[in-house]
Amino acid sequence: MSRVPEAFEDGPAFIPYLAVGDPDYESSLEYVEALERGGADLIELGLPFSEPIAEGPTIQSAVVRSLEGGMTPTRFFEFVEELDVDVPLVCMTYYNLIYQYGDEPGPRPFVEKAAEVGIDGFVVPDLPAEEAGPLREACDEFDRDLVFIVAPTTRGERLERIMDQVSGYVYVQARLGVTGAQEDVSDQTGQSLDRLAQWDVPKAVGFGIKTGEHAANIVAGGADGIIVGSALVDIVAEGHENGDSAAEVADRLETKARELKDGALRGVEQRVPHPERQ
Amino acid sequence: MSTNTDGKFGDYGGQYVPEALMPAIEELEDAYERYVLENEDGFMDEFRRRLRDFGGRPTPLQRADRLSERYDREVYLKREDLVHGGAHKLNNALGQVLLAKYMGKERIVAETGAGQHGTATAMAAAHLDIPCEIYMGKRDINRQRPNVFRMRINGAEVNPVTVGRGTLKEAISETMRDWATTVETTHYVIGSVVGPHPFPSMVRDFQSVISKEARKQSREQFGGLPDSVLACAGGGSNTMGAFANFVDDEGVDLYAVEAGGSSLDVDEEKGVAPNSASLSTGGDGILHGARTKLLQDRDGQIMESHSVSSGLDYAGVGPELAYLVDERRVIPVNVDDDAALEAFHRLSQEEGIIPALETAHAFAYLHEEYENLGETVVVNVSGRGDKDLESVIEETSKRNIPNAPDMSMFQGGL
Ligand SMILES: Cc1ncc(COP(=O)(O)O)c(C=O)c1O
Repeated sequence: MSRVPEAFEDGPAFIPYLAVGDPDYESSLEYVEALERGGADLIELGLPFSEPIAEGPTIQSAVVRSLEGGMTPTRFFEFVEELDVDVPLVCMTYYNLIYQYGDEPGPRPFVEKAAEVGIDGFVVPDLPAEEAGPLREACDEFDRDLVFIVAPTTRGERLERIMDQVSGYVYVQARLGVTGAQEDVSDQTGQSLDRLAQWDVPKAVGFGIKTGEHAANIVAGGADGIIVGSALVDIVAEGHENGDSAAEVADRLETKARELKDGALRGVEQRVPHPERQ
Repeated sequence: MSTNTDGKFGDYGGQYVPEALMPAIEELEDAYERYVLENEDGFMDEFRRRLRDFGGRPTPLQRADRLSERYDREVYLKREDLVHGGAHKLNNALGQVLLAKYMGKERIVAETGAGQHGTATAMAAAHLDIPCEIYMGKRDINRQRPNVFRMRINGAEVNPVTVGRGTLKEAISETMRDWATTVETTHYVIGSVVGPHPFPSMVRDFQSVISKEARKQSREQFGGLPDSVLACAGGGSNTMGAFANFVDDEGVDLYAVEAGGSSLDVDEEKGVAPNSASLSTGGDGILHGARTKLLQDRDGQIMESHSVSSGLDYAGVGPELAYLVDERRVIPVNVDDDAALEAFHRLSQEEGIIPALETAHAFAYLHEEYENLGETVVVNVSGRGDKDLESVIEETSKRNIPNAPDMSMFQGGL
């Protein structure tokens, strides 16, 4: 069974993302474990693909560091097995890596292996609902969740098609564009949450969240979770450039994680009853 | 010609793009069907008129006298190098920029490899008065400087892309990122028959004017159809354009000539394929919005490709070509960098036509295999070589190309 629902059981979920293997395998293990100590309720583990078309410069650079450090799907699965964390894990990657893995073409071998090492679900930014049939089937077979991204431009029939297939949580993209930390969070989020209100699946907002205050605002606006990637990857990048020890970087990640998690918790108290969203 | 509207060519094609782009892709699908396929508001009439008046179409189908003599068969040249801008690229760029206007878009973005598509798009955007930004890999900017100047002079912004190896693959990814941010006001003019549906079909339709003319001209000029048609293939837009109207003519053999680069071997460790022969050697996978044949490693990571010509230097290829190869309708072949350079000099000296390095690949294949190409051969001259002169001087000087002129006069600059 997928453990994804546990993440949303008590209060808003804090969902951090890191590219696995950035900047190297061993440090990356420490970093992911630090995120759990900092209060992560679920962790998105990025399996780097050479053409990350949905990523901004921060995560692109992380992908390059990780690939140069020798990360592969096989190493990724070893990493997940070795990882000492108890929270649910979601693998974020691009479809070609899922499609190519194993002896038969198609997503089944990848999903089977991922389930075996303890991955609970998948987010695949270049796989829209129209092309997701085979992956959805494999996820059903192995009881895994398939998370879809909903953009500010997603409406009407498209939205329904996505919501028919989604499980675990919806990834609400806070603004148009690619990943990357922002100075302020977009007000497109509220409208997206309103559009999604009729569906009974947790809504986690991501793309641009950088501070505890952002987290609080987003949760106050009705999100069930917040997803933070680039702001954490920035910490890894900076530590790497300055030659800081993995332990120091891990501490900073834990502190940042706590700030974001506390922000999310504060956001619950700031929630105002919403007339349409009860 | 298969006018499919579901975006699949067998198992190839599709729409593998981030959700943020999907509404724009659906809007484009709708516009493609209405304006291009159904000529709503007279779109296709205006497109044809502008191709004629601005683009200089139709282009000649010219008998190549000395090549015909050399190879002892009839060799005809479809002169896309004479299209305004010097390559077939304008056929597509003009069509898409015009479509963007019909769709009410306010801004154009495009990627470019050799810079030919970028210059064609910049020209079309200036002609139709719409702002334009071009993404180009840093390495290609250095290889194709004249085209960078042309784009700037036409008023386009040129954004260097520094990630990865800085070639076409990275430029496409970066343009998709721009589009994901600006999709509500911007149209992405993709430069070849690649990317998510409807791009492969739409770009083919705009380029198919090449084979429409060539087929008619063949009938008029030699009273029949050619035995074979040769076109170089990077993403494959001049290729599909040259083939589209011959696909149903079973007697016409269609050769897609890819860049064999320096070798067909791959270095899995380094993730490098020193060629761009995705139809000849690639495997099934997903890149830039479509399922197609790709140069990739065992895990599915995309390889760094190589070709002496930047316009062919791409790890993927159009999904329809991948399909036509599997169906054995299109024959994938390749020639290496040296053969292409030799062919470049041969065509320049013997026919007075300086071809693009991309185009030179088709002539290299003609040189190697003419005996098997039948009595009448049409070669698509996809573009002229002015943009390549610096690279040709450099690459020729590094090698022993038997038919090259003495390059020493170019040493130390002109
Ligand atoms: C003259 C010329 N021929 C061919 C190509 C390859 O593109 P395609 O394979 O899409 O025709 C290019 C690309 O830049 C080009 O400039």
